[in-house]
Amino acid sequence: MRSRLFRFAAPSRFYRLAERLEPWLWAAALAFAAAGLVMGLLVAPADAVQGESSRILFIHVPAAWMSMLVYLAMAGWAAVGWWLNARMASMLARALAPTGAAFTFIALVTGALWGRPTWGTWWVWDARLTSELILLFLYVGFIALAGAVEERRRADAACALLAVLGLVNIPVIYFSVRWWNTLHQGASITLSAAPKMAHTMLAGLLLMTLAMWSYAVAMALSRARCEVLEHEAGARWLKA
Amino acid sequence: MRSLFLALFLRDLKLAARRRSDALLPLAFFALACALFPLGVGPLPQTLHDIAPGVIWACALLAALVPLPSLYALDHADGSLDQMLLAGDRAALGIAAAKAAAHWTTHGLPLALLAPGAGLMLGMTGVEAGVLCASLLIGTPCLSLLGAAGAALTVGLRNAGVLVVVLVLPLCVPVLVFGAGAAVAVQEGQSPLAHLALLGAMLLFTATATPPLSAAALRASLA
Amino acid sequence: MAFPAPALELVHLACRRGGRALFHGVNLALPAGRMAWLRGGNGRGKSSLLRLAAGLARPDAGRVLWQGAPLHANASFHAQRAYVAHAHALNDDLRAAEALRFLARVSGRDAGDASVSNALARMDLLALRDAPVRRLSQGQRRRLALARLALEPRAGLWLLDEPFDALDARAADALRALLHEHLRADGCALIASHQPIAAAAFGAIELDLDAHAALA
Repeated sequence: MRSRLFRFAAPSRFYRLAERLEPWLWAAALAFAAAGLVMGLLVAPADAVQGESSRILFIHVPAAWMSMLVYLAMAGWAAVGWWLNARMASMLARALAPTGAAFTFIALVTGALWGRPTWGTWWVWDARLTSELILLFLYVGFIALAGAVEERRRADAACALLAVLGLVNIPVIYFSVRWWNTLHQGASITLSAAPKMAHTMLAGLLLMTLAMWSYAVAMALSRARCEVLEHEAGARWLKA
Repeated sequence: MRSLFLALFLRDLKLAARRRSDALLPLAFFALACALFPLGVGPLPQTLHDIAPGVIWACALLAALVPLPSLYALDHADGSLDQMLLAGDRAALGIAAAKAAAHWTTHGLPLALLAPGAGLMLGMTGVEAGVLCASLLIGTPCLSLLGAAGAALTVGLRNAGVLVVVLVLPLCVPVLVFGAGAAVAVQEGQSPLAHLALLGAMLLFTATATPPLSAAALRASLA
Repeated sequence: MAFPAPALELVHLACRRGGRALFHGVNLALPAGRMAWLRGGNGRGKSSLLRLAAGLARPDAGRVLWQGAPLHANASFHAQRAYVAHAHALNDDLRAAEALRFLARVSGRDAGDASVSNALARMDLLALRDAPVRRLSQGQRRRLALARLALEPRAGLWLLDEPFDALDARAADALRALLHEHLRADGCALIASHQPIAAAAFGAIELDLDAHAALA
């Protein structure tokens, strides 16, 4: 059983597996995105209060969910890679980071775009948006550290430690930001006010989430394959 | 391990006492940074009074991060870090704890004691300044511990200076929120005890979670 | 004649640095009371090998054994090993005696006044005991770094990286005296040096990294 789990820890096997999976994942991402956008932009009803501008939530909400999920996956793979000394897992973690950061950035931008017609300002220091901002800084820190350490074993260890430290702190950060937000702000429309959603809205959100998930996995596999090529240059299986 | 902790802690204090100007620079930075805000925002007492807790806490946070890059740099460069890590099984843990303790004693504690002065200059009342000092006394050890972890992760790296700040600042947000919140609570006539209690919890959490992490980072930096 | 069991054993040691292999297949069996002279040109990996033997880094292949047990499983290794690297581990702002005392305390050696004074005297540094390290010359710093060997317990392992560099004749004699005492007391030593160090006088085993093999 253990050997089956570790089969794809070898860069060569991972490379071939990733090569085979990627086209399907890209196709799935496109298909889900098409379905989700149709659902969200055309089929689902506009929000009773916010009107048409609420449609941007079909990108904002899945992006925010994915930004947190990808961080969890990244920290998990980094920890596995360091604990079990599995190069491939650490490479996968580093491959996930830029995609996670991108999702966080998209969540922030779409949040701002949503806020403009709703609140009249480009940014509001709402608990969720502020937490997303801090999450973006955590991603940036991880990517910066991964790029700064040249020696592989140390890079794997340092990134794993940082990712775990960040992961453990995220609930604390989120809680503290919520506390800070409720103390300082008066009543305002926040993203956490989730109205009862129509079925089509929910379907749209789920489709977009699946699309982003497929994209994230495809992108991470692609980046991981590039890293494998970079680090294993000269290995026999590549020359074949 | 205790002998290593004490030997390193006392040595770092001794070195800080011998290079007093190096130890005082972060305090000067703190004072300068605090002074920037009235210059930038305007001297209206009410405005300054309202922003004072946040400004002082943010400046204290930055001033605590300023000396971090040199926490391990010198020892790494002259080979002392290697010798210390050879000391025994849990050497790395002792080193991490001693460095954080020394950082707090030489930088965090003076900041906490200097802060009420800055608070009075920004228009805080005596009670508010007192609570601010208390919040800094509990909060700065957290900053030292988190900062020492960041420094351990970046030992010997090229651009360790800015990298440490980028890594550590997001993790310090809760400490900042609760610390400044304590003084703000007093300003609004409420009890700061909840904030201080949460700060205390953060301190316990950081004190138990970060030293092993710093130790692992130090051992990883050996390779 | 019975062959003494090796105190330090390097088994098929291999090391990579920055992506390229430094050495591989290095074997050494160093019995108590013997010295090994680690030779090789610049960049061959002498310092890296010493770090591996000290337990500071893990080898890419092979094992290091001390008294038959692998390093990481050896609880008493740190109490018996002294590693004097190329970097002196002396802080500029400490006085000579303070720096020596710190090194002793950190590694759990006897840091009492008498021992420290004795160690300084062995390397002819007693007159400089209160001088800040900053004001010492290269040779004096090297002597101070080596002075801690006088504080080491008996029958241990000494790992020295280019110890004779920057030493004048008198200091070199002092170091040789320390080494002789150490070897006679059943200690062993692994010394990296690109200069010939009168290996014959010590009966040293030669380990030539240029050849990636040991010549006994």
